Amino acid sequence: MKRLVDRLSARYESSPGEWLLALALIAPAAIVFAVFQFYPLGRAAYLSLHETSPFGGGDIYVGLDQWRRVLDDEDFHKSLWVTAKFVLIVVPLGIVLGLFLAHLANQRVRGIVVFRTIFSSTLASSVAIAAVTWTLLLNPQNGIFNWLIREAGGTPISWLTDPQWALFAVGLTSVWIGIGFTTIVLLAALQGLPEELYESAQMDGAGRLRIFFRITLPLLSPSLLFVAVVSTISALQTFGQIDVLTRGGPLGETRVMVYAIYEDAFRFRDVGGASVQSLLLFAIIAMLTALQFWAVRGRVYYR
Amino acid sequence: MTGRAFRLLGTYGLLLFGSAIVLGPVYLAVINALLPSGEVASYPPNVLPKGFGIGSFGDAWDTVPMGRYLVNSFIMATGITVLQVATSVLAGYALACMRFPGRTLIFVLFIGSLMVPWEVSIVPNFQTVRSFGWLDSYQGLIVPFAATGLGIFLLRQQFMTIPSELRDAAAMDGYGHLRFLWSVGIPLARPAIGSLAVFSFLSAWNQYLWPLLVTNNDDYRTVQIGLALLSRGEIDRVNVVMAGTIIALLPTLILLLVFQRQLVRGLTAGAVKG
Repeated sequence: MKRLVDRLSARYESSPGEWLLALALIAPAAIVFAVFQFYPLGRAAYLSLHETSPFGGGDIYVGLDQWRRVLDDEDFHKSLWVTAKFVLIVVPLGIVLGLFLAHLANQRVRGIVVFRTIFSSTLASSVAIAAVTWTLLLNPQNGIFNWLIREAGGTPISWLTDPQWALFAVGLTSVWIGIGFTTIVLLAALQGLPEELYESAQMDGAGRLRIFFRITLPLLSPSLLFVAVVSTISALQTFGQIDVLTRGGPLGETRVMVYAIYEDAFRFRDVGGASVQSLLLFAIIAMLTALQFWAVRGRVYYR
Repeated sequence: MTGRAFRLLGTYGLLLFGSAIVLGPVYLAVINALLPSGEVASYPPNVLPKGFGIGSFGDAWDTVPMGRYLVNSFIMATGITVLQVATSVLAGYALACMRFPGRTLIFVLFIGSLMVPWEVSIVPNFQTVRSFGWLDSYQGLIVPFAATGLGIFLLRQQFMTIPSELRDAAAMDGYGHLRFLWSVGIPLARPAIGSLAVFSFLSAWNQYLWPLLVTNNDDYRTVQIGLALLSRGEIDRVNVVMAGTIIALLPTLILLLVFQRQLVRGLTAGAVKG
């Protein structure tokens, strides 16, 4: 034992006293992570394999029964599909809008700092604030969207109660919340692009659009990938907007995965089924996070 | 010359258009909050301010215990921020400047915590907090968020930039790790700590799912949950609901305007530096 300590001390050029201090400094964070991040994963795995009674009493081991039940459940299939559609609405729209605003914020004109502040301001808004504010815009009677549609001679839309539109309406709210983050990250990326390239492209007589598509976009692709992955992860975690605007309705058309987990666990007391869905969502998000780390590494290499 | 002027005009036009998209919803919330009660829900919708009735703010304040909610949110967000900064500084320093067995493994585990999104752990964490007797308490709102992988990463990167000669010289002068951290490390890391603090406070203030789960009465409810309740309960009084929205938004909006630089640096640190 003493020899092992001596060997480790020599290898780390430090003493056991320093190890103890280091462990003491790490302990608070380690305990929080252990209790509230890692233990829950194990606990969720346990709950997914056991039937628990909400009224107490022992847990019964049921093997993969609850996994099979969830994987065969039509409500689960629907929430997967709704979540996928939600990502496909929010992420592309958010990136196009963010790119547009970041490009604008990158212009060198007087007062641009004010516009940069404005574009990043949705960062201050919470999902609850955004959702409540958007009830104003989406109101079927006197909301601004339906007013514009009526003025243009169209048929007004019941944004939040029409199964065809509800998910899109909630998606618009989410895109709006995300503008601040997307714009800031893409603006930082634009500002980091080498100036000389643009000067030489202009000397060669390339037009603005050509420069944007041939030079800016390719150079920006690592940042775009980063933003895409982060927005996808945050879209997969969506809950607040749904709870305020639609509560998963109409007909489950906005019942995204996190809302389904919440409802199953806390309203229908199906802790096992909710745990299965949690673990599946974890698997999806973990893969995306790995992709994000890989994307960031790609960028560092690139720079 | 006129070509340039036209282009400049176009740029400003587009900038204003972008601003309208971003600020439009908030602008509508403000003018609706200022509407006198008789004017709410009129058609066509009000797009210009009509009167200046600040009575709705008082109504929002009285309809639900808005003051209590704000205090609760403030206590929660401050508690989370202080604890996140403290745990990140201590762990970040140990991981960057001290040598001990298992350091790499611990670092990987801490970063790995970023891969576990909060939403997937709500069921077990709810059970844990309930078993601690922490439902409807500040501990229940704060302690689960006392550490953050992102903050530890940020501070570790910052402390890694301290040249080892500096540490060696301090050691010669008899500085232990703790004194070195306090008198050299923390002052050097101040910008990173600032970014982390602003980011932590903003995210904590804006939380929704967890406070919804662990609070059931007004004594501990946060302003986000209170706002959702207000909007559900007062569907017919749009001006009151929008006044509540602005009350809930103001603290973070001020924070953002004052500390914009810190926040932008924090957000882009992960993206650009890697």
